[in-house]
Amino acid sequence: MLHATELLGAETYDSHGNFVGRIKEMFVEPGDQPNRVSKFLLSRGQYRPLIARYDQIGIISPGRVALTTDESALELYQPNESYLSIRKDLLDQQIIDTNGRKVVRVNDIDLADNRTNGNTELRITQVDIGVAGAVRRLLQGIVPPMAIRRIQAKLPPRKIQWEFVNLVEPDPLRRVKLRLSSEKLAALHPADLADIMEQLSPDERQGIIASLDEQTAAETIAELDKRLQTQVVENLEPGRAADIMEEMNPDEAADLIASLEPAKSKEVLDEMEHREASEVQELMRFHENTAGGMMTTEMVVVGEEATRGEVVDYIRFHEIGVDQIDNVILINRDAMLAGTVPLGKLLLADTDQLMSELTSEPLLSVTPDTKDKEVFELFDKYNLRSLAVVNEHKHPVGAITVDDVVSRMRAKI
Amino acid sequence: MNAWATLTESVEAWKKRGANLNRRSAFWRRRIALFVAVVGPGLITSNVDNDAGGISTYSQAGAQFGYTLLWSLIPMTIALYVSEEMCARMGVVTGKGLSDLIREEFGFRSTFFVMVAALFVDLFNTVAEFSGVAEASEIMHVSRYVSVPLAAIAVWLLVVYGSYRIVEKIFLVACGFYLSYVLSAFLAKPDWLLAAHSLVLPSVHFNAPYLLMVTGLVGTTIAPWQFFYLQAGFVEKRVGPRQYKHARMDVLVGSISCMIIVFFIIVCCAATLNVHGLTNISSAKEAAQALVPLAGKWAGGLFAFGLLNASLFAASILPLSTAHVICEGLGFEAGLDRKFKEAPAFYSLYTALIVVGAGIVLIPKAPLWKILIYSQVGNGIWLPIVLIFILILINRRDLMGVHINSWGFNVVAWTASIIMIILTLVLIYTSIVPQAGAEAGAFIHRHLF
Repeated sequence: MLHATELLGAETYDSHGNFVGRIKEMFVEPGDQPNRVSKFLLSRGQYRPLIARYDQIGIISPGRVALTTDESALELYQPNESYLSIRKDLLDQQIIDTNGRKVVRVNDIDLADNRTNGNTELRITQVDIGVAGAVRRLLQGIVPPMAIRRIQAKLPPRKIQWEFVNLVEPDPLRRVKLRLSSEKLAALHPADLADIMEQLSPDERQGIIASLDEQTAAETIAELDKRLQTQVVENLEPGRAADIMEEMNPDEAADLIASLEPAKSKEVLDEMEHREASEVQELMRFHENTAGGMMTTEMVVVGEEATRGEVVDYIRFHEIGVDQIDNVILINRDAMLAGTVPLGKLLLADTDQLMSELTSEPLLSVTPDTKDKEVFELFDKYNLRSLAVVNEHKHPVGAITVDDVVSRMRAKI
Repeated sequence: MNAWATLTESVEAWKKRGANLNRRSAFWRRRIALFVAVVGPGLITSNVDNDAGGISTYSQAGAQFGYTLLWSLIPMTIALYVSEEMCARMGVVTGKGLSDLIREEFGFRSTFFVMVAALFVDLFNTVAEFSGVAEASEIMHVSRYVSVPLAAIAVWLLVVYGSYRIVEKIFLVACGFYLSYVLSAFLAKPDWLLAAHSLVLPSVHFNAPYLLMVTGLVGTTIAPWQFFYLQAGFVEKRVGPRQYKHARMDVLVGSISCMIIVFFIIVCCAATLNVHGLTNISSAKEAAQALVPLAGKWAGGLFAFGLLNASLFAASILPLSTAHVICEGLGFEAGLDRKFKEAPAFYSLYTALIVVGAGIVLIPKAPLWKILIYSQVGNGIWLPIVLIFILILINRRDLMGVHINSWGFNVVAWTASIIMIILTLVLIYTSIVPQAGAEAGAFIHRHLF
């Protein structure tokens, strides 16, 4: 096994044993093979640098590379966006470890050398993020390579498998050229992904959001801290922002859109589909620290005379999300709030039981202008998971769920 | 307790009035909210420059040369602003800390040496801050064996158990306590007309002690670690390019307010110590004690309180900033918003800096003045390197885009940096070669301890 540090700066000799140049950079072409070092950049002082292809490499040892061809067989170097450079794009840069779910900095890169009839191919196996790599970087060129290897054998290794390494490339075009997929990022829990994004720079955050589908982007943005949410959405183009907002819970979308620059929030609302936009605008009217500002308009409302079976069928038929059925809200014939049925009771009831028999006591509700402090107290006192919000005519207009309460309370600490 | 309750009540009342006022105009509410959200790092960083070492130097300057050094505050404000503004801009545009950028653009080895320098220089500086705490408490007749451990524990708890937002609020209050120097200056009844005159019209004297004092002023006011702290502050507050004007305003207000405090310290000492011929003051402690018979016990007390506040303030920021910078640069997790388990290297380093820093002050007969000199020398060696890194990074178009330095700004920035570098090199020279002139040596000894 070799390390990138040991090869950068290595002297290169051609098949006649003549000195050609020093290795200045190594490239991977992810479009071709995801981990093979395919090109070596040889710098030659004032002459134009040359490129040695992987099939022109003979024997590689720390600090020395022998080619299998004559110097004249090497091509001149042409910069190419689809090359992943080991020194420039990887060493010292931040990457995302999708297995450990965090952002780390690369100290060195481990390369496996596979020899086949006189030819050596290098493949990236792991990136080193630990003390061992750091020590190698520090001592390389000062202490002989073998001495370094002896020192670092005693140090605890901290490495990440190459397949878990996710590059942070803000430029979407280059992402495509480098064939960087966001599959592994999208597979992370949105909360973890949001934590990761918080550690990156604004451009990199934007790059990640750009690479996610709308659903995942919406879930991830919802988990970011407030200031970052605003920043990320303000930097999206309005159409894309609108698509993402449509995927979010209306209450969260309303808070977010309200925090944008006025001009930008209008643009985003204009781009949103009519139904979603009006829902969000409805919610935006309420002050942030009131029940209206906390509630969502996405809730399940059924008549109190329905049976449990009918309601479950209704929920299944409309493919209502699990986060909306913490409480089912009942209305009477005048569309006034008649009760709420918690999920647990719904689960255990018989199919033909009437919903009105399952309501929790006492019948609680708040108006949109109720102060958030009162809402918190109600949740605490009655151990609620969800609370109905009604207007002055007792018509249900929304629901507050416990996760909204928790995040509001945390923001107040 | 009662006074505190009334204070918080009146603060609440003011908040409410402010809120009512804001409600009248959504536009202004937005503007003010944006500014308040951004403000902090610049104000805090600049004020921490007035730390224990700084206050000693300023008292010295006032006692020895009266009002005649005041002119240097204006160029110093410009230098402070120009250098801090570049860091603020880098933080806002790239969203990365200074040590992150050095690592990504100059590689591991450069970073490592910058980090080692940071560790030692900041450790010495931390010792200086804790000895400031010791001095201030001894003026108030509290033994350093009580005050220094208490201060160390308080600082540690504050930072480890407070979130960034709370810590920053406490720091902003500490900035307010610097006003005690304004009060003690007023109690000293200075000649304001002469002070204003000396501030605007330079009166340069070409003798060694005078020039050395100018050097000392610059050396203690502009310290390299502050750039890392400032930039990290804006990054951690998530200030983006859109709010850049607020960040710049924060830095400007910070630089000016820092210099206003320096102005009042110098004026206070000039009006009392210098006028009465007490030009041979060797420390802030002596200055505070000498103030009592001349300007009353309130002036002396306020002066000592200011020293305590400044030392505590710097003692909580310095180790924090150092741990942050080192962990960031070397790739360990860092930050107050992480738990001990998530960032063990960060918290261990932070704790070690405080324990060692406070511990050295408590060693009987420790050669503290030597450590203070080393801290100045360390700052001096480190400053040129950091400034040059900053100037290279800020001119990189691939990092900064349209926000690179303009031609004119570069001229000012390079000139200011070169002058600062020359002045600090002079300070180092006279610090480590005391025989460079018996007068200069004696002066340095007096001035640093």
